[in-house]
Amino acid sequence: MKTLTALALLLVAAAGHAETPQAITRQYADAAPAGFVPAARRGEALFRQNFAINDKMPSCTACHTDHPKNPGRHAVTGKTIRPLAVVANGERFSDPAKVEKWFGRNCREVVGRACTPGEKADFVAYMNEVR
Amino acid sequence: MKALIFALLAAFTVPALADRLPLPTDTPASYRNECGSCHLAYPPALLAAGDWKRLLARLSDHYGSDAAVDAAQQREIAAFLERHAGNPGPAGNPPRITRTARFVRKHDEIPARFWRDPRVRSPANCEACHTRAGEGRFSEHEIGIAELKE
Ligand code: HEC
Ligand code: HEC
Ligand code: HEC
Repeated sequence: MKTLTALALLLVAAAGHAETPQAITRQYADAAPAGFVPAARRGEALFRQNFAINDKMPSCTACHTDHPKNPGRHAVTGKTIRPLAVVANGERFSDPAKVEKWFGRNCREVVGRACTPGEKADFVAYMNEVR
Repeated sequence: MKALIFALLAAFTVPALADRLPLPTDTPASYRNECGSCHLAYPPALLAAGDWKRLLARLSDHYGSDAAVDAAQQREIAAFLERHAGNPGPAGNPPRITRTARFVRKHDEIPARFWRDPRVRSPANCEACHTRAGEGRFSEHEIGIAELKE
């Protein structure tokens, strides 16, 4: 039994560093200027904003659709993307390295710069709360 | 002797299975995850080794996207692709599966308008037509666009 528990723990550890969306929001908020409080409302605004820097992908919605509960579609390749909203896809915002990698890519492509820790905290809060 | 029988069997079965291109059993998770998030994790036999190498050398500028991976994953993916690369003909620069002679020959009966169809969007979107491409199945009987079914 003990070995079984140990094995299960090992498997969890090997599967990557699992976290909750709340913990990931908090980590980003901690990296933001003192006194920052995450707001899902601002996260939604970022999600919908038309940055118009990249004509193939002017906004996050270009691939993730107007509602994060819906499956998305890659603007260039046409591939289906699973929903970003945590209610619709429980695997979202559980792997900090994956989250950071995609913020890196998608913010640079769509916003034209890296997103700030505060923007990331707001975005994760929105994806965790949206129903 | 055993090896000979095996080679003969292989020679007979391969042509019949031209529509089956499953990912090899030694496919690393890094390939499925990193190279399968924006499009299908393409079967490695659809590009030549030199073309995979060229493609991997500039992942941060990958057809207008940033597909960079960390150094350890890059080595793992490179070794895997080199092991299973095929010989489909020249692919252009940057290399495209959809420009190889093999791809063009297999798709030469498809009317041009389908490549721009909103349901398809790009020839690289194999799954739009090959509904079971994720399992490596490319049979003409498993096409998702009704007008393309025979
Ligand atoms: C060109 C298409 C595209 C656009 C535009 C886009 N994304 Fe994404 N995004 C993806 C893909 C593809 C994935 C990974 C696929 C998957 O995990 O299912 C992803 C995943 C993510 C993830 C990872 C979530 C997790 O935990 O799995 C975050 C965070 C994210 N995107 C944020 C954004 C933000 C913020 C924007 C706008 C600034 C944006 N995306 C715009 C394609 C896009
Ligand atoms: C961030 C998104 C993204 C990731 C990650 C990604 N790609 Fe791509 N890839 C693209 C886009 C966009 C295209 C261009 C597709 C088009 O023109 O329709 C493309 C095209 C390709 C093509 C050419 C397809 C064709 O024949 O037109 C190959 C081969 C390819 N990618 C291999 C890879 C490999 C190998 C990896 C992993 C190391 C990878 N990709 C990771 C976005 C991505
Ligand atoms: C516009 C729809 C469409 C797209 C996109 C598409 N295919 Fe096809 N493909 C077809 C059709 C239809 C056939 C059957 C042609 C025939 O046999 O007449 C076919 C045939 C094939 C075959 C040959 C199967 C056999 O029986 O020998 C292979 C392999 C294949 N496709 C691979 C791909 C790959 C890989 C991609 C993506 C890089 C792709 N296809 C994209 C429509 C498509």
